[in-house]
Amino acid sequence: MNPMIQGIITIIVGVGGCIGYFYFSNLILDKVIFPAKGEKAGDNIRRATQVRPWLFLMPAIFALSLYLVYPVIGSFLRSLYNRDGDEFIGLGNYLALLEAEEFRTAFTNNLLWVIVVPAMATAFGLLAAQLTDRLSWGNIAKSLIFMPMAISFVGASLIWKFVYAVDGDIGLINALRMGIFGADPVDVLQIPFWNNFFLMVILVWIQTGFAMVILSAALRGIPEETIEAAVIDGANPLQIFFQIKVPQIMGTIVVVWTTITILVLKVFDIVYTMTGGNFGTEILPSYMMSFMFRDDGRATAVAFVIMLVVLPVMIWNIVQARREMR
Amino acid sequence: MDGIAGKKSALSWVVSGSVVFMVLLWLIPTIGLLVSSFRDRDQISASGWWQAPFSVELTFRGRTETQATLNDGIYTVNGNIFTDEEVREAFGDGTGTITAFGTRGRAPAEYPAGQVADIGDGETLVINADGSYIFTSPEEPGSRGERVYFAAETPPQFTLDNYRNVLTANNMDLAFINTLTVTIPATIIPILIAAFAAYALAWMDFPGRGLLIAGVVGLLVVPLQLALVPMLNLHNTIGVGQSFLGIWMAHTAFGLPLAVYLLRNYMVGLPRDIIESAKVDGATDFEVFTKIVLPLSFPALAAFAIFQFLWTWNDLLVAKVFLPSNDEAKVMTVKIADDLLGSRGGDWGILATAAFVSIAVPLVVFFSMQRFLVRGLLAGSVK
Repeated sequence: MNPMIQGIITIIVGVGGCIGYFYFSNLILDKVIFPAKGEKAGDNIRRATQVRPWLFLMPAIFALSLYLVYPVIGSFLRSLYNRDGDEFIGLGNYLALLEAEEFRTAFTNNLLWVIVVPAMATAFGLLAAQLTDRLSWGNIAKSLIFMPMAISFVGASLIWKFVYAVDGDIGLINALRMGIFGADPVDVLQIPFWNNFFLMVILVWIQTGFAMVILSAALRGIPEETIEAAVIDGANPLQIFFQIKVPQIMGTIVVVWTTITILVLKVFDIVYTMTGGNFGTEILPSYMMSFMFRDDGRATAVAFVIMLVVLPVMIWNIVQARREMR
Repeated sequence: MDGIAGKKSALSWVVSGSVVFMVLLWLIPTIGLLVSSFRDRDQISASGWWQAPFSVELTFRGRTETQATLNDGIYTVNGNIFTDEEVREAFGDGTGTITAFGTRGRAPAEYPAGQVADIGDGETLVINADGSYIFTSPEEPGSRGERVYFAAETPPQFTLDNYRNVLTANNMDLAFINTLTVTIPATIIPILIAAFAAYALAWMDFPGRGLLIAGVVGLLVVPLQLALVPMLNLHNTIGVGQSFLGIWMAHTAFGLPLAVYLLRNYMVGLPRDIIESAKVDGATDFEVFTKIVLPLSFPALAAFAIFQFLWTWNDLLVAKVFLPSNDEAKVMTVKIADDLLGSRGGDWGILATAAFVSIAVPLVVFFSMQRFLVRGLLAGSVK
């Protein structure tokens, strides 16, 4: 069947199914199972109210547990089996990972990414938010810095290939090197260790806009009096920024930081398209993809390592959310 | 700081300057891609995109005419190189400015234009800047004319050839449609499921509600990588396999945590009075939801729709795993990452164009709906 037609049918079935489910399940609950009439009307209304939330939640809970909760357990169990999945090998896959040189490279690179990308993106975002705050054309500037958010990681990688290309007539960096220093062209993606940073630049470029938008809203939320008081006390702009503004938006900075951190641990596209994990640029998500379709045991083991790295952030997020709800 | 005269202007200049610098830094890579996608293939490899508005020195080859006049034992061929058929193919009917010429393919720009060059065997050749040439030879020139090479300044050329190429020859049109096919159901379906759940989490009282919300917050950060192997195996077991149906289901589920979280945050902020007075008037939860909460939550619904659209359109990981890897089912990101970068890695014009085709739709969505996107982002992370 033509995928387009299949898509249209899916929309109709999906949307119609959802509406139908919600409408009829409520109807049945109110009219058939617990009708709000007869001698037990009050009891029935109370019971229907108890059941209804679960009717509303059911599809979401079902999809979430199937696609996100079950895989946590499923992946862990699968990672304890060998490549074909027919032999239990305990932590064998994990031990094999620890011995693999590539895994260690991927792990240390990933740590670098987790440290550098959120730090740079948040810092640039904060800078952009502060600088554009009072400008008359600040909104246009913001919108342009925010734009990379809409671009796919693959698209962004291609865009940056035009900056990093070895050919001095394509790559901006080598053109500048040749034009100003008369130096020979280099492939920046093959310089050991530093090539990681050239890849990180791409993600920083994408994420700065996100940080900027949120931090800019936070900056606007700062009570004007605190800044006025500082001005009257003779604080200079730098002091106002670092000692008055930044401490007041610290909470938001942390939220932005952790959000980007989590994103960093998911992105395999950039490494995959730019270097394919060669030249010592492997990171965990791309390392996992190199096992996908070939060795499910090893792939799930790497995925579970990523989960372990994310776990502290997840717990912190949940604690934070619960505190806010109280 | 605004009150101190004199100081303010200096500071605001610095601020404006830095912002301009930063915006340029952020824009330049994208502009490079856009400019490159419109340039002629030969020009791309001859000069950088930043030189696109200037003429480019390219080398061409042609042949002299065969009509020679004999004078004092020397054959002379007069003519204009731009009238040669081979040259006209490259230049059309226009002419260029010749900077240098030569007679060997290895040194196509050996002599500056206008200089009489001794090319051996008593032959001489001169090509002037306007294309006129004089070729002299002690013997009668052959029937094919003398092979000449020259370098000429060609005016900047912008074409839509790359776009025509990408959209017809590379199956990119199919990939574009596939991307749309993946994206639209995967954007619409989770909204409904999430909206009902978010309403229950925001406005219904039941035991375990706090725990569920915490669960959603936790699921927000579960790495997708965990789901790939188990879910693909499940899809294979239940007969869905690698298919569009599979990727719709996967995208729907992967988008749900953010959808529920965003919508719940927004719905909680709706005025309590409206909802309670509707309930007092006898409206059921279902009616309150469909008639009051859903219309009022439009900004949040739009925000999530944009997020989910961008995310599914730009996704590479889920598409690689849950869609079949044959050419008929490839989406644009996979097409670019696996096909174009691999086999046509050197064809920069095609690469730039393909990338631009794939980012054009998200950019349009982004610029037209930025307001909702920003609002959604703020609802998601700032309280």
